[in-house]
Amino acid sequence: MTELQAEQAAAVPQPEAGLQRSRYFDVLIALAAFAVLAILPMLTGSKALLDFVIRCSAFGLFATSLNLLVGYTGLVSFGHGMFFGLGAYGFGLIMQRTGVPVPVAFVATLVITTIIAAVIGAICVRLKEIYFAFVTLAFQMLIHSTILSWVSLTGGDQGLRGGIPRPAFFGIDLSNHVHLYIASCALLVIGLLLMRQIAQSPFGYTLRMIRDNANRASFVGIDVWRAKLTIFVLAALFASTGGIIMALFVSGAYPEFAYWTISGEGIFINMLGGVTTFLGPMVGTVLLLILNDTVTRLTEYYGIVLGIVILFFAIGLRKGLMDFVVEWYTQRRNGPVE
Amino acid sequence: MPQWMLPLDLDALTGCLASSACLVTQTTSGFIIGMLLFLVAVGLTLIFGVLKVVNFSHGAFYMFGAYFAMTAYQFSGSFALAMLCGAAGTAILGLIFERVFMSRVYGADVLMQLLVCYAFVLIFDDVVRMIWGPEFKSMGMPAAFQVAPLFIAGGVVPPYYLLLIGVALAAAVILGLGLARTRIGKVIRAAAHNPGMVSALGINTGLIYGGVFALGGMLAGLAGALAAPVRSLTPGMGFSVLIESFIVTVIGGMGSILGALIGALLIGMIRSFGSLGFPLFTEGLMYLFMVIVLVSRPSGLFGKEVA
Repeated sequence: MTELQAEQAAAVPQPEAGLQRSRYFDVLIALAAFAVLAILPMLTGSKALLDFVIRCSAFGLFATSLNLLVGYTGLVSFGHGMFFGLGAYGFGLIMQRTGVPVPVAFVATLVITTIIAAVIGAICVRLKEIYFAFVTLAFQMLIHSTILSWVSLTGGDQGLRGGIPRPAFFGIDLSNHVHLYIASCALLVIGLLLMRQIAQSPFGYTLRMIRDNANRASFVGIDVWRAKLTIFVLAALFASTGGIIMALFVSGAYPEFAYWTISGEGIFINMLGGVTTFLGPMVGTVLLLILNDTVTRLTEYYGIVLGIVILFFAIGLRKGLMDFVVEWYTQRRNGPVE
Repeated sequence: MPQWMLPLDLDALTGCLASSACLVTQTTSGFIIGMLLFLVAVGLTLIFGVLKVVNFSHGAFYMFGAYFAMTAYQFSGSFALAMLCGAAGTAILGLIFERVFMSRVYGADVLMQLLVCYAFVLIFDDVVRMIWGPEFKSMGMPAAFQVAPLFIAGGVVPPYYLLLIGVALAAAVILGLGLARTRIGKVIRAAAHNPGMVSALGINTGLIYGGVFALGGMLAGLAGALAAPVRSLTPGMGFSVLIESFIVTVIGGMGSILGALIGALLIGMIRSFGSLGFPLFTEGLMYLFMVIVLVSRPSGLFGKEVA
């Protein structure tokens, strides 16, 4: 962590006065991004492109929320995917079994996620570094095996089938492809904006302090356990939202959504895009999905190609793409460091 | 059974515990699972103890061991040669992997190390798929072991199982004594403790690191070779073994060989008896057990306190 931490620490300082202004700026960027995404369906009839953006929304929310833990708090979670799966299954089950309106199911899923994340988080965040990674992985697999074995509720390895009913609400009909697309984009933009606010808030700076030196943080009177638990639950909520988008998109939920590979991909996305910038994971998501789609079309040996790309980033660049770009840009502006 | 209940079959479990035949059969099968896991997990724990690296790609060595053994057996028909090829082939593979790739990320972030391993999990699985094909393969039981099973207290025990347990136990003893008593063992333990000092004393730590990785790979390869006659071979077969040996090392304590042995046997028994009582939730039981151990003793049953 040391190299990354040093870089992040260098990038952190920001005057308090600029905070308010940068907040308006964030909102403006979010609005602009949403406007561009919302116009897209009018410009192109390509269903594949819209599908791509929907998937980006689901995984982007998931990966960015993981970065709140990994990049900002230094909590390397190997089980973050469990909340992605929980969101998909929770939402799917509520819609299939109760038939409540979509917003009610959405809120109910988030409430369930909050409760489960609070219980799991309370157990996990006490542990340090690699042990935190292990115990989150264990919980992830515990939830995965529960989904597999609880056939009467979850459908076991077949997943939740038969489609998720999506009754219209407030004139929004999520079974309509364009409506689903706009709703996903809205959730993505709102989610990113909220996470950005968390990251830039005083609480966000508390998290960075805990990451850099947890002892010092507790000496100045910060309740480290509580701060870690809070961000663990918050991150779980956004991951769960990603899962809900995914469940809406595929109209079902599958055990793979809760498998450890989702967590692995999340971590990989973070490294691909870079953890020192807020939008790094978002860039990583787009890169990975493009890579996914093109490589699977070109060759059946997807693993070899993806593996070599990962090696290029891990051994070659030794940092994510956005980290690389930011570093290159600051070096160009300030001249060479030496 | 109510619709919302998890499936569980306690009658089968208590019924088995009451019959000596079933008890023997299940215990042997627990031992088999446990000993194979031990061979994989002990390499994992050794590599972590000395190199401070969590070798996420360790399952691939198990897989390669099995495939090497199968190929050697098909060409030569000799079981001993198959075991040798499985172990030696993966040792060489481990050495190359460590020297060429892993040694580049020792100083780096833990995440970078995990990513390099993750990359190789993907690459190795595809390499196996390219060379041996994606379908299930089986090596078949060597002729020497195609004899009538032994009956112990009414339970059926195939002779091959005894060989498997014997070889794994022998490996455990040799490894334990080798680390505790020999000069090389001392150097390895010293390198685990303080690599800088060891290298200042004129010992090539790079060689030790490579050697330990090769040893770990060899043990996993041996496990794969031993498992080849009794398990089906498929690309990706290393993965479930990896996850389970992970649980074993975490339960036993990272870096502890005794812990790996005890942890592996515990997991073996949980799997063997759990499959009776909780047919679909056997894996869940293992993770539950891991959670309980981690929460009550984060450093594992035999690990050193990590504060």
